[in-house]
Formats: sequence, structure tokens, C-alpha cells
Amino acid sequence: MRIQEHPILSEYDKGREVHFTLDGEDMSGYEGESIAAALHANGVMIHRYTQKKHKPRGIFCAIGRCTDCVMIVNGEPNVRTCITPLEEGMTVETQYGASTKADWEAKQK
Amino acid sequence: MKRHELIVIGAGPAGLSAAIEAAKAGIDVVVFDENARPGGQLFKQIHKFFGSKEHHAKERGFRIGEDLLKEAEEVGVRVELNSTVMGIYENKEVTVRNGDEVDHYKADKILIATGAAENMIPFKGWDTPGVIGAGAAQALMNLQGVQPGSKILMVGSGNVGLVVSLQLLQAGCEVVAVIDAAPRVGGYGVHAAKVARTGVPFYLSHTIVEAKGGDRVKSAVIAEVDNHFQPIPGTEKELDVDTICIAVGLSPMSQLASNATCDMALMPKKGGNVAILNEYGETSIPGIYCAGDVAGIEEASSAMIQGRRVADHVALSLGYLTHDEFEQKYDNATAALNQLRQGMFSPANKGRTDLTVTDEGYPLSMSLLKKGYMTEAELKAFPAAQNSAPGIHPVIECTQNIPCNPCQDACKFDCIKVGADIVKLPEINTESKCTGCGMCVASCSGQAIFLINEDYEPGYATVSLPYEFLPLPKKGDKGKALGRDGSPVCDAEIVSVRSAPAMDKTQILTMKIPLEYVHAARFYKA
Repeated sequence: MRIQEHPILSEYDKGREVHFTLDGEDMSGYEGESIAAALHANGVMIHRYTQKKHKPRGIFCAIGRCTDCVMIVNGEPNVRTCITPLEEGMTVETQYGASTKADWEAKQK
Repeated sequence: MKRHELIVIGAGPAGLSAAIEAAKAGIDVVVFDENARPGGQLFKQIHKFFGSKEHHAKERGFRIGEDLLKEAEEVGVRVELNSTVMGIYENKEVTVRNGDEVDHYKADKILIATGAAENMIPFKGWDTPGVIGAGAAQALMNLQGVQPGSKILMVGSGNVGLVVSLQLLQAGCEVVAVIDAAPRVGGYGVHAAKVARTGVPFYLSHTIVEAKGGDRVKSAVIAEVDNHFQPIPGTEKELDVDTICIAVGLSPMSQLASNATCDMALMPKKGGNVAILNEYGETSIPGIYCAGDVAGIEEASSAMIQGRRVADHVALSLGYLTHDEFEQKYDNATAALNQLRQGMFSPANKGRTDLTVTDEGYPLSMSLLKKGYMTEAELKAFPAAQNSAPGIHPVIECTQNIPCNPCQDACKFDCIKVGADIVKLPEINTESKCTGCGMCVASCSGQAIFLINEDYEPGYATVSLPYEFLPLPKKGDKGKALGRDGSPVCDAEIVSVRSAPAMDKTQILTMKIPLEYVHAARFYKA
């Protein structure tokens, strides 16, 4: 949930409202905030599934260190969403191993 | 290949301070940082810092960060962002990656100021989405304006765990509990007390056993541990939380020092594997230095001094400072650093659980160490907490030796004295007349000072307390006064709400309560 009012921080440095998609679904956020923050504000917890055990992963360190939050952004896999600024029209996809869901499912067959 | 006299790796408090000091001396310096923004972790820190004026005490971390950036700009420090230093090679050659490009640099001197990384503990379900580092919680709420979750379990009672717990409350989240496997609260008692008085329970000698929920955290199982930190079967409790925040310490990110073949050592009191440094912060390789958390986990305040001190040594060896000039700067910086390294939380005392009295000989509050708040009986040993006078006057519930003295500077009437040794507990000069201005209350980074007036009205007293939450109560509001443990003690009415620019967002709430609760009521809840 977004913080509307804060007792110490008078205002957050927010860009204009922009639209992006997660797995084809429309979502909105603010330009320049991290993709991860925009997803979190939209209630999204799962960023990817691990390669071997297919376990869900989300934000862990939020400073670009742990790589748990990587996703496919504009077709490029392994993008650290916690430090990548959100832009208008981005396509964000849940990452399966190092691929898209479709590619991953194809490989399972 | 590009050449510089000094390459600084990391634009956090240590690196920026070093670069500023170096640029001021005339050194050709460049700073590389892998992040998109400079400042390291300072911009996540919205609490007031400890120390004395020269350590930026009572300033909030992000304001210190803003000041550092401004100063860096004024003296012309070049900060290269999105620039990851990949390695340090022979003859101080450095490779730096920016996007898909790798550049090659050579320096006369190198400062490694790469900071620290958060530790993790393994438990069942630790990788469930919703288990996050405390730093992640700070990044989400303080930088991005997004709540990390709504019901949170904090694992770890060190200063990071305590400070982030308070910040979560400020962001409007519920902190369900603070737990720690250690038998004692690890961070400052005053930080714990701020959290406890809002009603957050502390479970010491407790660990997390499991994060349940699968796709996202739906609950957390905690259990009491034995003397060997093993969970005791049958003591499990399941807490209804959606987020588990891990604050179990930091480790120096010293890989570059190791990669440069500096002599390293595993030093638990410094938080892990660190380069062995001489008194100037120089590694076993002449001209390669470390400063800040990478040299040993401390506070941002000490990191800034360490950074400046390294820059001075670099300036000396490059001929920008004379020996005499260096000696003076070095002695001043070392004295400032030593001030911060005193008291029961000093690096030398890290991990000690055998301390039982303050430097003054007063018995330490065991309740504070076990539950996060002091009992009235324990406070009787502390004269400043028992201060009694006609009319309005301060009581100071500062009971651990922490290097900090803004309260002394805040009082224009010399009512409060810490003295030259800033680790001493503050004393109250009962000869001086308190005017009730509240500056001491707002300047105490530990929020441990209250103004009480036992003569407010017949049968009624007032308690004025520091308040940094929303919604802000208004004059005339009626609610409950809470005790140090966060439980309701009596009815309360707000008789004034004050703030001033010098108080930097800390509000002073004054509540009217029945006289008999004046020593018990320390927080207000609508």
C-alpha cells in the first residue's frame, strides 16, 4: 500500500503516473520509482520462479544485491526490478528460471 | 586508461566524506558507485543520529546525506554512478563496468568504501515472498513511499531492527513483535523503549522457526531458544503476519580488498572478514585504504570521520598537506572517532552480556534488556529520571552509556549537563529554572526526555512527550495514556501540541492525566 502521509518525510519525490503491464495485465505506477515498488504497491509479491525447484521469489534486499527480484523487462531477462526505474509502457513478465512462462512450459514437455 | 590521484569506491558516508576532504586539499579524485543515486544508505535513515554536534547528532540521516551531496557538489567532487568496480589489480589498476562498457583506470591511491551487506538466517520458508531484509523495508517505505506490508514481525533487536521497527510504525504498519535469539536487546535501550511504549511486544531468547504461506507470508512461527540457541519444542507461537523483516546484523563487503590481495582477517567484533588496517586506515598494500562499514561495522557517523581521516593521509603522502597539518587533522579526527567508540555499545563491547552497571555505578535495567522498557522501580536508581521540582521540569530516562549529548546543547538555561565525556548519563541542574520550551525533548535522539508538571491543576499533572506519528492528536482530544510497556494506564486529554522548525518534525504532545500516574504515563493513544 502506498503511504499517503508521513510524519517525517513531507513528500515523496514521485514522477508522473505511468502505465505498464505485468504478464499482460495493465498496472499503474510512478515514473522513476523502482519497478519493484510499483509492483508491491499493486499487491504483487511473486517476481519469479526458481529454475530447479520452481519456488516463488520476491523482493528481498531491495538494493540491487541479492537478485531475488529479477524479472523479464521489455523482453530482457534477469533485470533487477528493485533498482530499475519504472517507465511508461514497460512490459514486465514473471520470470521462470531464466525464461518466460511460455518458454519454460515448452521446455517441460 | 584514465589516471586519477585518488579513486574512491562507494559514494556512501565514508566515500563521500573522503572525496570531499580530498577535493578540498586539491587532490584529483573520482568516486565510483554502482547505484543510480549517491549517498549509500543515508537516505533511508529518517531517525535522528546520536553523538555530539560535530558528529551531526540530532540530525536525521537523510538530511546529513543531503548536506554531504551539496558539499561534494560545491567542492567539485566527480561521482560516477551506475559504475561497478569489478576488480583492483597490481599497481592500483581498476576496472569499472558501466552498462555494457568496461573502463580501465589507474590511481595513485585507492579507498575502498563499499559498506556492508545484510546478514540472513536460514529457517523453513525463509525464501517465501514477504521475507525481506530490514534495509529492504526501509528502501520501500522511506525512499519509495510504499508500505512493506501491513503486519510485520521484526527478527533482530539490534539498532537496525529497533530503528526500522519504529519507522514501520511511522509508515502506518503494525509491528506484531520484535524477536531476538539473544537473551538481551542488542540495540540502544532508548530505541527499544520508543517501540515498546507503542505496545509492541519483545520476545528475547526467541528465534524464527518457519515462515508459512508458500506463495506469500501468511504467518510466522517463533519459538523460545535454549542456551545453545536451539528452539525448545513446545514453546512455538504462530503470529499472524504478512511480512517478516530480517535484521540480524551486517557483514563488511570486503571482497575488493581481498581481490586486491590485501591481508585479511576474520574479526567477529568488526562483523566479519576485513582487511587488516594500520592506524591510518591503510591496508597491507601501501596506498590502498578502507573506511566505513567495510573496515568494521559501525555507524554512519564514524564512517564519515574515517573517510575524512583517510583523505588526510592520502593528502599527506601526495604532498598536499604538511606533516604538522596532517598531525593536527589526524588528532582531531581520532579524538572525534574515539568519542563515538565509548560506552556499553562500543565495538570493543560488542556481544558482551555481562555488563550490569553504568559507568556511574547505577544498576542497568534488566527489564529494558529483556522487554524493551524500564520498570518504575528500576528508574529509581537514576537521579535524572527522578527529578522533582515545583512546576514544569524534565525527567530523563537515559540509562545506558551511549555517546550522545544534544540534550546539553538544547537547554539554553543550563538545566542539563552531560559534560566533556559525552558517554556519561545526563544530569539535571536543579538550580536552573526549566521554562518548558521542549527543546530537550525534541533534541533527544533517544526520545528519552519528558517534561512533567505535577502542579498543573489540583489532582492533575501533565506529561509532555516526543511524538512522531500520524494522525497527529489535537488539543482537546481525549484518549489513553500508555505506560512504558504500551499498556493503558489512565485517561488522558491533550492540552497542547507543539513543534518548531528546530525540532525537525518532532512534535511535543502535552497530556493531562491524574496526578498519581505522572511517573507511569509515557505515551498517548487516541
